[in-house]
Amino acid sequence: MTKFIDLTLNGISTGAIYAAVALALVLIWRSTRIVNFAQGSMLMFTTFIASAVISSGGSYVLGFVVALASGFVLGGVVERVVVRPVEGAPPLNPVILTLGLYTLIVAIAGMIWGNTPRSFPAAFSLRGYKVGGTTLLFTPNDTFIVLVVIAVAVALAFLFRATSLGLRMRGAAFAPEVARLLGVRVGRLLTLGWALAAMVGSLAGVLVAPSVFLGPNSFDPILIIGFVAAVLGGLDSPPGAVVGGIVLGLATSYVSGYEGASLVPLAALAILVIVLMIRPTGLFSATKERRV
Amino acid sequence: MLTVEGLTTDYGPVRAVDGVSFEVPEGSVTAVLGANGAGKTSLLRTITGLVRASSGTVKLAGEDVTRLPVEEIVRRGMAHVPEGRGVIAELTVAENLRLGGLWRGREAAPLSEIYELFPRLEERSTQPASRLSGGERQMLSIGRALVGRPRALLLDEPSLGLAPVLVAQIMAMVRRLADTLGLAVLLVEQNARSALSIANRGVVLNLGRVVAEQEPDKLIADDQLLHAYLGF
Repeated sequence: MTKFIDLTLNGISTGAIYAAVALALVLIWRSTRIVNFAQGSMLMFTTFIASAVISSGGSYVLGFVVALASGFVLGGVVERVVVRPVEGAPPLNPVILTLGLYTLIVAIAGMIWGNTPRSFPAAFSLRGYKVGGTTLLFTPNDTFIVLVVIAVAVALAFLFRATSLGLRMRGAAFAPEVARLLGVRVGRLLTLGWALAAMVGSLAGVLVAPSVFLGPNSFDPILIIGFVAAVLGGLDSPPGAVVGGIVLGLATSYVSGYEGASLVPLAALAILVIVLMIRPTGLFSATKERRV
Repeated sequence: MLTVEGLTTDYGPVRAVDGVSFEVPEGSVTAVLGANGAGKTSLLRTITGLVRASSGTVKLAGEDVTRLPVEEIVRRGMAHVPEGRGVIAELTVAENLRLGGLWRGREAAPLSEIYELFPRLEERSTQPASRLSGGERQMLSIGRALVGRPRALLLDEPSLGLAPVLVAQIMAMVRRLADTLGLAVLLVEQNARSALSIANRGVVLNLGRVVAEQEPDKLIADDQLLHAYLGF
């Protein structure tokens, strides 16, 4: 029973990180219908920046803030410089573009910081809570991860549901041309959407780095599972991304704990296949009519 | 209020709008008529900047807005209700309406004003726009355009797919908007009789060119014109 509780708590913590990655992917998909395959490399890059700040004497908080700020800027720049030119192009173009961007960023990170994985400090203790005589696998740092991701999800929900900026962003995402006809400056909002998404991705990078070490390719598996979580939730549903992340976090934690870590990727993909067979649009996406 | 001079639009080698000129004074309705492919929708899309004009000018209250981005043209007081209504299905009725006036800030029309014009929208305010009927969607798209308190209103086929009784209601509403709010209304329609019943002036397009521009009575009396270009 203790093992089950441990795996459950661990799954929630890991799932929160998957949820953050999934949120980053969903935010971009909703606004530009692009799956950002460069997301993993972008969050890796901003985590390296945080690492550089911390290793040069800055505090964790400063590194954390710098990572988020650099993610925000990087996302905005990528949208304006790289993505904007292929707006309206065939769907394969942005796919190739983001894959190319992934390769470029990984190469640049390797040139700057080297390819040897390095450690990254945690915000809080990595020693598990003690309950009675038992030490749980759930740590104060895990609590921090879960609370931060919940806070971000709530903040995004508030932004989109309760502010005029969020209404503009939703309008621009759902119907860009109509939004322009209503005076909405769609281009600026797409840039802001990418910037916010990259910032959430950067958050995931900083949160997960203490447990995976930091290297140019360290976050690739997390991006894959984050993508599965996003698809599971419906790809265009932020609440779906959070639920998808938590479900995958729990499932992979149980599989890893009871069957072995090597089966985790297989389990994630199996869950994806099963859900898509039962509900092809994902768990939270509203089924829509398709124009033929 | 709205002046179009020598407006020309090309889609590659195809000329969709060919040197069109007309004027829509304040508080009046100008109907643009023509068969499918005459260039009516292209004309509207060029006026609002959705399609770049090859040549010619569009002036709103004397200001040349031809080269401005769509959002800036809208912010100068031009509202365009696109073909197929253009409601955002994922947003609620109230959200659609609010979105129409955000650029106006505090000067936007309160939603209560729109609900007075279209009481049905108030009953449906919290529902997603996807649940509205065709007539309700048309009311929503017109109401949403009005929230921004425009000076010129461009309507693309507002009667499309509506029952005759609803078409009559929508047309009467458009006339009332021109009269009471002083709007310059440019009404693109295939339903020539309905459009001319409320218009001050009619412009007939064929293959992108103006083939006639007259008062509605004279257009309706011209059997040859009606038969050749409007399918009567």
